[in-house]
Amino acid sequence: MLTLQFVPYSEIEYISSVGRIRKLLNIAKENRIVLLEGRLRKEEETELIKATMEEINKDFKGIELSVIYPNKKESDLFKRLKRNFVNMLLGDRQGLTIIGPASIVREIKKDPDKIQLLTEEDSKPRKRRKS
Amino acid sequence: MANIFEKFIKAFFKNLFRRKKHIKLGLYGPPNSGKTTLANKICEDWLGESMGKVTNIPHETREIQIKEQISIKSGKKEISFNLVDTPGIATKIDYEDFMKFGLDARKAKKRAKEATKGVIDAIRWLDNMDAVVVVLDATKDPYSQVNITIIGNLEARKIPVLVVANKIDLKKSKIKKVQSAFPQYHVVGISARYGTNVDEFYEALFKVVG
Repeated sequence: MLTLQFVPYSEIEYISSVGRIRKLLNIAKENRIVLLEGRLRKEEETELIKATMEEINKDFKGIELSVIYPNKKESDLFKRLKRNFVNMLLGDRQGLTIIGPASIVREIKKDPDKIQLLTEEDSKPRKRRKS
Repeated sequence: MANIFEKFIKAFFKNLFRRKKHIKLGLYGPPNSGKTTLANKICEDWLGESMGKVTNIPHETREIQIKEQISIKSGKKEISFNLVDTPGIATKIDYEDFMKFGLDARKAKKRAKEATKGVIDAIRWLDNMDAVVVVLDATKDPYSQVNITIIGNLEARKIPVLVVANKIDLKKSKIKKVQSAFPQYHVVGISARYGTNVDEFYEALFKVVG
């Protein structure tokens, strides 16, 4: 059974980068797939990878990570400035970040607006029933 | 007299910075994308020696490797840099994956442990780079988050980037897909293994580093 846990941006808004990464990684280590509203900062994404590597052991193999982000190029300069200003003040709430434990999620395919989660169960050969 | 003095000061500082210009050129990318194969190609072309061991088992390079003072020339242009080959960046490492390549459990676990440390070191070294060549496997999905995270971080640090789509000798390679994934960057398709298109790669390197 897959368990998805939605994390609204408001839950991580006022915590430090270290705290954010800890929180998200702890959920993934409990074998739940994180659906985070918005995205982490770029530096936080690399810190998440670093923290993941530090925690790898025989039970925890790492994570699969993917970010879906609206890639529409806004021609209107005012709209673009407004969006950047809002992101700067309130954090980047646009898009969705998916973090899945590698023991459950084998691969996340992005193309680039569509997203597919390939689970470890999908990759296992199915046994045929004898009739 | 003042004019001569002014010229002397200008020339002095110009030379000072030119001499100080020990550019660190990093090779970054996911595991098995061909970073060490490209490092070997660069070193063989300009130093006459190779840099590191290459195998088809992921995470062969698990420590930062540096080759100092490589000078490459094209006509009157010349650039010198220290080449930094980094371990492949990944979000997961499973020792059982190494066992599929014939390694026993003990060696596979050791390799996995070293590989995790290698990823951490590669990320730590990002801040030391003056320019980076991101080496991607052109037969693989370029939209993987590791690629996007590496390039995004370099962009945030204002480090010049050249994207290389490697393994173009393989039928499955798709340079256009890499180009459409990173339209803001110059993408050079090469085969580091066979030396295909490396001249174009060196030209692009002059633009990024020079």
